Amino acid sequence: MDTIWVLAEQRGGVPAGIVLELLTAARGFGGVVEVVTWGPSSESTATVLGRYGAAKVYDVGDIGEALPGPKVAAAIASQVSGGNRPDAVLIGATHDGRDIAARLSVRLDLPVLTNVVGITASGGRLTSDHSIFGGSTLLRAEFTDAIPGLFVVQPKSFVAEPAEPAGQRSVEIVAIEVPETGATDAARIVARHEEERSGPELDEAAVVVAGGRGLGSPGNFALITELAQLLKGAPGASRAIVDAGWVPYALQIGQTGKTVKPMVYIACGISGATQHMVGMKAAQKIIAINKDREAPIFTIADLGVVGDATKVVPKLIEAIKARR
Amino acid sequence: MNVAVCVKQIPDTAMPPALDPRDHTLVREGKLIMDESDSYGVEMGLQLVEVAGGGEVSLVSMAPNSATSGLRTALATGAVKAILVSDPVLAGSDALGTAKVLAAAIARLGPDLVLAGTESTDGYVGTTPVQVAELLGWPSVSFAKHVEISDGLLRVQRQTEAGYEEVTCPLPAVVTVTSGVVEPRYPSFKGIAAAKSKPVEELTVADLGLDPSQVGFAGARQQVISVEAAEARAAGEIVVDKGDAHERVLGFLEQLKIL
Ligand SMILES: Cc1cc2nc3c(=O)[nH]c(=O)nc-3n(C[C@H](O)[C@H](O)[C@H](O)COP(=O)(O)OP(=O)(O)OC[C@H]3O[C@@H](n4cnc5c(N)ncnc54)[C@H](O)[C@@H]3O)c2cc1C
Ligand SMILES: Nc1ncnc2c1ncn2[C@@H]1O[C@H](COP(=O)(O)O)[C@@H](O)[C@H]1O
Repeated sequence: MDTIWVLAEQRGGVPAGIVLELLTAARGFGGVVEVVTWGPSSESTATVLGRYGAAKVYDVGDIGEALPGPKVAAAIASQVSGGNRPDAVLIGATHDGRDIAARLSVRLDLPVLTNVVGITASGGRLTSDHSIFGGSTLLRAEFTDAIPGLFVVQPKSFVAEPAEPAGQRSVEIVAIEVPETGATDAARIVARHEEERSGPELDEAAVVVAGGRGLGSPGNFALITELAQLLKGAPGASRAIVDAGWVPYALQIGQTGKTVKPMVYIACGISGATQHMVGMKAAQKIIAINKDREAPIFTIADLGVVGDATKVVPKLIEAIKARR
Repeated sequence: MNVAVCVKQIPDTAMPPALDPRDHTLVREGKLIMDESDSYGVEMGLQLVEVAGGGEVSLVSMAPNSATSGLRTALATGAVKAILVSDPVLAGSDALGTAKVLAAAIARLGPDLVLAGTESTDGYVGTTPVQVAELLGWPSVSFAKHVEISDGLLRVQRQTEAGYEEVTCPLPAVVTVTSGVVEPRYPSFKGIAAAKSKPVEELTVADLGLDPSQVGFAGARQQVISVEAAEARAAGEIVVDKGDAHERVLGFLEQLKIL
């Protein structure tokens, strides 16, 4: 393995969590790790990227109000076709990451492996792990004749750790050009909205309290928020109640939402569909409260309460308050 | 305003999914149904055409064994016609191969807008529609939770990890819709009857002018090395609430030093 590229998406001027996870993994493959980034503050990002092992940062620059997909894919593709060809490109399974991967795949006419939850390097090849059928089955795959290998990796598949030895590393920053993207690049972001949040970020929280359709009504989600607050955790949700408009999508946990790995996950009125479980089954401990003894969530819960969440949770809240 | 909607036809989700032990592809036997994820694209297409006051919704699907049962469901709600690409050489196609087929079929329809799901229920790859957009040379907006068209410009609310973005985009374009974006209508009896006689044009890879080496197993350039049962997470203690289960939860949290 000679060179691995990691796509470095930024969130408010810092690399997204997944980027540091991917850098940590890439360091272990035995080659040089380089990064492709874009956005206005990429210079300050380089320092952080260097601490996690990046030797070089290819900077696409400020893409303004464009969606990243077309420009970033085109910039990478023109490097590759110009002979600067890494062995693999690791891309986080974020919304923008998927768009970039899709367009890059077409530009290079190369396949993509998605839903990757692990990667191992041996004998100069990379093998990817895929957790399928709700995590019950582990599938290993590899490319047969595709360089660079394009891997779209699920968040929280690796634990981010700074490189050793610590300290300042010099990171070379190389500006790379965006070739003509034509009509593909015509979409423009005219406004950005962020959900308000008090308390820790959902995918970083040590405690996650999640609610599902079993809460019965949107108003009952206040119980989830209150319990999360008392436990200094973050509230989360199943897709059923996001789709129903009870809570914003930013709270969704699972296949199409966030992957969480808290110390404790408390599922209230959630059945435990496979698409939900893939996003939370790596929690250290799982508590489930569900009316139905047969709910699949009980097959993975360390503590299962067969009961009405709208009765158990208020009592739990009172009991916690009483302890103070 | 003509809309093409990608409709994936998948095995009934009530059945446990399985891999073929020989080639590790998903078993796609029996009657296929419309992926629920695509029912939102179909409904969105119908609504946008209604608002535009003219045009039609066509469907595009790639499926084995000339399957049309899922397409009929979408035709019954108001789509007027469909293109189905079915060909034995397509077995083992990955998302890129699928996108090449769908893009070629869409090009025959020449729509103003293509709608697809953000990810399919059986494969959940989530790249196919944007690959289609790049193949067509079109812009795309993924993860749409609200779509409007005014003065020939798309206005999309695009979900992000932290909230959403308002995105404008000229046509033609590809938009992927999230579930719950609209409420899919139920087909009427009349619609179901009418769907039986709506045209479904069946095409092969050769009809689309594609090179067979670009699709199927050959085009996928990836192989499954092993398939094994993942380490199962064991179920723990179960308590039935008799009015005091919250105390057990409290004790559990104390044990974990959360409290
Ligand atoms: C492509 C795709 C992607 C998906 N991605 C996601 C995803 O990212 N995240 C996700 O969550 N889902 C996802 N889903 C949806 C998933 O399949 C389920 O539909 C969803 O998780 C169900 O949510 P739920 O458990 O809240 O609702 P339900 O399945 O309706 O379960 C409600 C549960 O509440 C229980 N209950 C009822 N009343 C009470 C009460 N008073 N007290 C306690 N319990 C009660 C019931 O017994 C039941 O078990 C996806 C689906 C597809 C097809
Ligand atoms: N074989 C297919 N036929 C029609 N549409 C498809 C097919 N495969 C994928 N799609 C479309 O692409 C979306 C995403 O699929 P995927 O990339 O497989 O997760 C689906 O929701 C469909 O709209």
